[in-house]
Amino acid sequence: MIVAEQKPLAEILHLIEGYNKLLLLGCGSCVTVCLTGGEKECEILASALRIKRRLAGKPVEIKTHTVTRQCDPEFIDELQDMVEDVEAIVSMACGVGPQYLAERYSDKYVIPAMNTKFVGGSIQQGIWEERCSLCGDCMIHLTAGICPIARCPKSILNGPCGGAQNGKCEINNELDCVWHLIYKRLAAQGRLDLLKRIIPPKDWSESRDGGPRRMIKEGI
Amino acid sequence: MLTSAGSNLERVLKSGRHVVTAELGPPKHSSPHNIIRHTKTLKGYIDAANVTDCQSAVVHMSSISAAFHIMNNGIEPVVQVTCRDRNRIAIQSDLLGAYSMGLKNVLCLSGDHQMFGNHPTAKNVYDIDSIQLIQLTRRMCDEKLFFSGAAIKEFEPKFFIGAVANPFADPFEYQVDRLEKKINAGAEFIQTQCIYDLERFARFMEMCVERGLHERAHILAGVTPLKSSRAAKFMQNRVPGISVPEEIVRRLTKAEDQKTEGISICIEQIKYMKENVKGLAGFHIMAISWEEIIPEIMKGAGICQCS
Repeated sequence: MIVAEQKPLAEILHLIEGYNKLLLLGCGSCVTVCLTGGEKECEILASALRIKRRLAGKPVEIKTHTVTRQCDPEFIDELQDMVEDVEAIVSMACGVGPQYLAERYSDKYVIPAMNTKFVGGSIQQGIWEERCSLCGDCMIHLTAGICPIARCPKSILNGPCGGAQNGKCEINNELDCVWHLIYKRLAAQGRLDLLKRIIPPKDWSESRDGGPRRMIKEGI
Repeated sequence: MLTSAGSNLERVLKSGRHVVTAELGPPKHSSPHNIIRHTKTLKGYIDAANVTDCQSAVVHMSSISAAFHIMNNGIEPVVQVTCRDRNRIAIQSDLLGAYSMGLKNVLCLSGDHQMFGNHPTAKNVYDIDSIQLIQLTRRMCDEKLFFSGAAIKEFEPKFFIGAVANPFADPFEYQVDRLEKKINAGAEFIQTQCIYDLERFARFMEMCVERGLHERAHILAGVTPLKSSRAAKFMQNRVPGISVPEEIVRRLTKAEDQKTEGISICIEQIKYMKENVKGLAGFHIMAISWEEIIPEIMKGAGICQCS
């Protein structure tokens, strides 16, 4: 899933400065799962913003609502009535949500309340970690099911680099060197031969470097 | 068949004579004054000067430009090329330019991560990695092809291609495999990371010799004299991929004159390796910000063959 976190409150307050009637819009998808932009977080953020603005002598009127998905026009269309009398829409979805809102309600100021972090999953209660960098050409069958593109800070395909020591990455000694993990898993599987092969350079045209991508599912 | 670059370093290594190379760091400004001074100090001592490519991810004069100054002042340079800052297009363009200036040796490496340097908010590139960079350079020289497969119709470069190995990186047992991978990709000479843990290095070299890697590539042992116990601790804790045994830190701490002790340690290490470690083709001295000390180390260690 897409993992996103809320921007600091001070930053959101700065972004809504001068706006007195807002729609704060949660998203029922990924950000609900990672507990940052769903219905509950939407209400909490709205309260926090109202209190701060009241204390600053500049009260703000905030309507709240959470849609099933902000990345789908049909759920955005529903908002027509709600959007009409607000000055700005604050989105709590990943980076896709505010873009859909800005496109559909092009006369409104749309503010992102979130920083979209990565595609990943939870590793324990309350902790999420990056697992995929959307390169468009998956090859983790060669690397013991561990993605070095997403998880090595240098995205090295024939690692580890010379900076890894004691199983940790050179940039942070709390970060596992993914190539160390790959090595250990392949060793346990008796498949170390895979590491003797040189993995060829990546075709980055399949990734975002080839421009924004589109997927078409035939027969729909 | 690997094409010959005809560089001096290649010729000397192939002749079987032990070589000594040294690292010359380009300046953090636009004057070649200091590198020219260092070049003049080291001329007649070293066989080649290895020129770093924004080491530690700190902005320095480009390795190609600095190498050009070094070459013009009488030492053959080895141009470092890292994958951190340039994609395959920029790297190939720089390789063509470097060769056009008469630079014939390149050393392919990944490069330190930008978070170590003075622009930690930079975007890194890593379009290709160090092993793919060796392949890229080989393809240009041997097959007269750009990396994409497009032909270099004429005037293809001919580089003597090197790579690095770190016997102190982990997993240890994989480092020899990875070195072999670099040699399979086409590296002809190898520079190691700074060696302080002689025991581990000896084990590493035994494994290389067992596989005959020393016969397929010329392996140069990297050494760095330490100026002080503070420098040793910095190396121990802050420089990725280096292992400094406690004993060395203790010796430097106790010494009355830490610089002299640092030189003695370095000389002892070189002598030890010369006598006890099989498979070495020479030494690579990385006297960081201490280039003027190199002749004294070479004389002390008895590796001053070319003066």
